[in-house]
This record gives sequence, structure tokens and C-alpha cells, in this order.
Amino acid sequence: MPGFPMLEVRGLHARYGAIEALRGVDIDVAQGEIVTLIGANGAGKSTLLMTICGQPRASAGSIRYEGRDIAGLATFEIMRLGIAQSPEGRRVFPRMTVEENLKLGATVADVKHYDADLARVYKLFPRLEERRAQRGGTLSGGEQQMLAIGRALMGRPRLLLLDEPSLGLAPMLVKQIFATIREINAAEGVTIFLVEQNAYHALRLAHRGYVMVNGRITLAGPASDLLANPEVRAAYLEGGH
Amino acid sequence: MTVPAMLRDAGLAALVALALALPVVGIRTVDTGAVLGLDYRFGWVAIAVGIVFGGRLTALLLYDRLPRGPRRIRTKGLAGRSRTLVRYAAVAFIVFAAALPQLPFSDRYVVDTATQVLIYVMLGWGLNVVVGLAGLLDLGYVAFYAVGAYSYALLAKNFGLSFWECLPLAGAFAAFFGILLGFPVLRLRGDYLAIVTLGFGEMIRILLINWTTLTGGPNGLTSIPRPDFFGLAFTRSPAAGETAFHEFFGLAFSTQHRITFLYYLILILALVTGWAVERMRRLPVGRAWEALREDEIACQSLGINRTTTKLTAFAIGASFGGFAGSFFATRQGFISPESFTFIESATILAIVVLGGMGSQVGVVLAATVLVLLPEVFRDLAHYRMMVFGLAMVLIMVWRPTGFVTQRTPTVRLSDFTPDPGAAR
Repeated sequence: MPGFPMLEVRGLHARYGAIEALRGVDIDVAQGEIVTLIGANGAGKSTLLMTICGQPRASAGSIRYEGRDIAGLATFEIMRLGIAQSPEGRRVFPRMTVEENLKLGATVADVKHYDADLARVYKLFPRLEERRAQRGGTLSGGEQQMLAIGRALMGRPRLLLLDEPSLGLAPMLVKQIFATIREINAAEGVTIFLVEQNAYHALRLAHRGYVMVNGRITLAGPASDLLANPEVRAAYLEGGH
Repeated sequence: MTVPAMLRDAGLAALVALALALPVVGIRTVDTGAVLGLDYRFGWVAIAVGIVFGGRLTALLLYDRLPRGPRRIRTKGLAGRSRTLVRYAAVAFIVFAAALPQLPFSDRYVVDTATQVLIYVMLGWGLNVVVGLAGLLDLGYVAFYAVGAYSYALLAKNFGLSFWECLPLAGAFAAFFGILLGFPVLRLRGDYLAIVTLGFGEMIRILLINWTTLTGGPNGLTSIPRPDFFGLAFTRSPAAGETAFHEFFGLAFSTQHRITFLYYLILILALVTGWAVERMRRLPVGRAWEALREDEIACQSLGINRTTTKLTAFAIGASFGGFAGSFFATRQGFISPESFTFIESATILAIVVLGGMGSQVGVVLAATVLVLLPEVFRDLAHYRMMVFGLAMVLIMVWRPTGFVTQRTPTVRLSDFTPDPGAAR
């Protein structure tokens, strides 16, 4: 299943002022995979995604994407290499319509693909098509999440970074969103790196997983192994999912 | 609210009115021939305080309580289906504006005032790019207006360039200054940005005052060349070998010709500005401006270059200010730093905010209101500005988000009619 290495993170450090948020992180994502990173609040999961995107900058270590070191590039340059992010908190443009949001997602893509890509996103998320003239800020949480993912897909990414897509969503919606993520990966071949607190769903979806504690990777392995791991169960799974 | 509480509230309002009215209404300077004397009018103060007390009490009794703190803010503004209404209003405005000088009640005063309105419409549209679309609070917009005016005046006087040759140059100079301002403020937002832009506006004005060899300092620049109509001058007796406008068309000479010509000139400039801004909104760069206003981080995550997006907003907004400045210089024939004070920036910003941030039609409404109100209240002499201030407060209470809050989406949905429930 795993193809050539898409994302290789080695010894990555990042800091916010005096606080070191990442302390030597190694991550590998191969082409075609779904890889998840789980961990508690404040472990540094979102920081890792942000650092891959260039904000904050890596203070040490390397980030290679498709063999190229991207640690020194500006955010907008990184996003033009075929990486897209659905950021934490969704960050849809609240006063702009659903379709404008999607159009903005296509900023880095060739205009000639726009219509086909729009149809593709509407097929994945029929709700968005119903709401296409509605302003982003008036959507429900789940719809905003769909919009954030759809918007990221409009840029035709080869690597999709998802930051807590299940945050604040009803269990039914979480299932639906995760099913769509699987479809994006399986049907369209988009490689996915998923950061989640919802360890159960994330590990059930992913091929491989990493566990992060205090800015370090403490466990790594096939998702099914992590799901069965007593430590993981005790820390992230017991007490409801 | 109980009656004693209402009385207390009204009494408090009366106290504030007393403090304000004592110096403003109570004391008046009179010219007694030799020296300036003081005239006390405490009767008037009593009347003013009485009106405030009575008015407040009536208001309290009528509504039981006056709104305190944030009220329900109307986010809808004009209803969804009135998008077409706005379009009709725009067409009606253009037709009316084009016909205005020919209408029976039009005299020099009307056309002059309308010209003033259009200058502010143009400035408002220009600033709308920076503040309304890109969301960058700019308190020094008048600087670009000044750069445009001085560019035209200096180029026309020193190099004999015509208005049409100077216009693009003035726009380019203003755009250059826009970028000059844009670079240091790339990382600033909100209050901090406002402070820096405010300082920038003052810097330009102080530079104009002190660089006397170039700008004439506080005396300003005089006898700035007036525009001509494709080589036909608006003068009674043209220079040898030239033809005057009235001679060419076989009309009797009238100063009204130039006034009318200037009016149509600013109308065309303003319409071009409005059209250009509306077009740009639908281009990727315009959409990026609006996205930047909404969420800077999301923008970057979509591969939008924050630096160039902000700089283009500053440059394009500034260039429209520069065009308007050129027109101002050629219309007045005289410019000095006096014309480019902070109050101008504040007025233009008020037009954008009052119109509803980002709305083109709103800017027209607000510019009309802001220019016409002081004119309408001219009879009130020195109370004019007080009434003007009161009117502004009332407008913001009545419409906290501006006249037009409907935002027209930039993506056209051809095969889709939003059902009324979902469109909100």
C-alpha cells in the first residue's frame, strides 16, 4: 500500500517565544496513506501542522515534501506545492458565500479545472451545494467543517492536512465526515495526514498512527496496533469515544 | 424603569447638557468696535437644558427604557431580493447625475455642490478598497489625495503637462506612496495600523508645509493650470492661435461652461473608479482582499500571498485618491496643505463606514448625506456642525452597520435560485 515518501519530518523543533512546542518530532507519511496523529490538548499536534505550513518556522530539524526541503519557504509558497490544510477551527470566510469560499480554495489551482473540481466537491458534500449561496458564517458547525475540507480540496492537493475535523460535531456527523475522508483518500488518491483528539475514530480510519505527548512522539505504528495498545487505550480511548 | 429613576436619568442628561451648553451656548463673543466683548446668554442655556431634560424624560416614558449597551444589530440591511433594487438605484443615480446640470433648478451652486459630492464618492470608493474590502483601517487616506493634487500642480506648472497627461502620473505617484506606506504596516492590524496610517497622513501634510522650495509651504501653489476641453480653453479671450470653448461651439461666453465641464469630468472619473473597483472585486485579487479581511491565516493556508495582496490594496486605493487629488487641484486652481488635514481623512472614512463597509452604493448615499447635511443646515450658522454631529450619531444609532449592509457575492450563480429561507 504505501508508495514513495511524501512527507518526511526529521528532528523537528518549533517554539512560541520561550516555550518549546515541538521537541524533536519524526513523522513519515507515504503517498496514498492516511496517517493520524493523536494526543491530548496542548501536546503540540496543531503546532506540528502549522510548522509544516511555515508558521511558526522550524527552529531546528527538517521538513521534506516530495523530497524537497520546505522548512524555509513562506506559507503561501508551501501551499502552492500541492499541500492543503483544513485548519483548526475551520476558519471559513464568514461573510462570503459557500461558493466564494470554494473559489478562494481554488486560488492555487488551474482555472480550467474549476468547474470539474466544484462538481467533485459538491458530489462529496451535497449539503454544500444546497447551501452554495449562503454565507459561510451562517452554516452549522458540521457544514463549516465540510466547507473547510471542500475548500482545501479545491486546490487539488496531493497531501491534505486535517486539523481536528471532528471538533464540536455531533457523533453522527463525525461518522459522516470520516467516511468522506476515507472516500477522498480511496477514490481520489489524496494522501491524508490527520490530527485528532478523537483517537478512536481517527485510529479506525487511518492506516498508521502516531501518539504525541508534550511535543514528542511517544508511540508509532499501524493504527490497528495502537487501537489495541493498552497504554493508548488507557490514555485516549477509555472513558468513552 | 420607575418614575424616580427616569427623573434621575433625565436629570443626569440635563446636567451633561448644562456642562456642554454653558460654554457653547452661554457665552458668545461680540465685536464692540474696539475690543472683543463677551455676551452672556444664560436664558438660552436654560432653554437648552430644559429641552434635553424634557426630551429625555419623554423618550424614557415613550419607550420605557432607552437602549443600553449593544442592541440587536441589524445584519440584513436591505433585504435579499432588493439586490435588484440596488442595481436599479445605481442606474437611476447615473441617469440623474448625467442629467443634473440640465435640470431646471440647476444653478452654479447646485452643480458645485454635486461636484463636491462626486469628489467624495470617488474618494470613498478608493478608500473602500483599503478599508471596506481589504479590511485595513487607514486613517491617513488624505495623504494620497494630497500627493495626487501636488503631483498634478507641480507637473502642470513646471513641465507644462496637460491634465490628461498628468492624471496617470498622479495616480502612479499616489500608488507609489501607497506601497511606501504598505511595506512597514504589513504585519499590523486594527488599532496599530490605524495609528501608523494616521501618522503617515500627518507626515505628508507636514512635509508639504515645510518643503517650501518645492511646495510653496503654507502658502500653497497658485495659478494651477485649468483643464481644457480637448484643447479648447474655457476663457473669455484665448491666447493667440488658440480657440476658446465658446468660440468653437458658437456660444456666448459663460463661466458656467467650465463648472459644467468639471462636473462631467469628475462624474466620468468617479464612474470609472466605481466600475474598476466593482470589476476588481470579481477578480482573484479582489476576492483575495475580501478573504484577507475575513481571515488572514485561512488566506495564507490557501496559498494567497499576503504581502502582494495587501500592497495591491494600498496601491490601488491610493491611486484613486491620487486621481481625485488631481481633479481637486485643477478645479480649485489653488492648493495648500490646509486642504489635506486629518478631518478630510476622517470624513472619507466616515463615508465608507456610514455607507456600510465595502458597499459601493452605500458610499454614494453616505457621500451625498455628508456633503449635503452641512449645506442644508447652512442657515444655522455656527450651530451647523453641532446639528451635523447629531445627525451622524442618529444615523449610527439607526443603522449601526451602515446604509447598505448587503454584500453582493462575487461568484454568480446562474443556474441556482436561493430559496428565501436558505439565502439568509
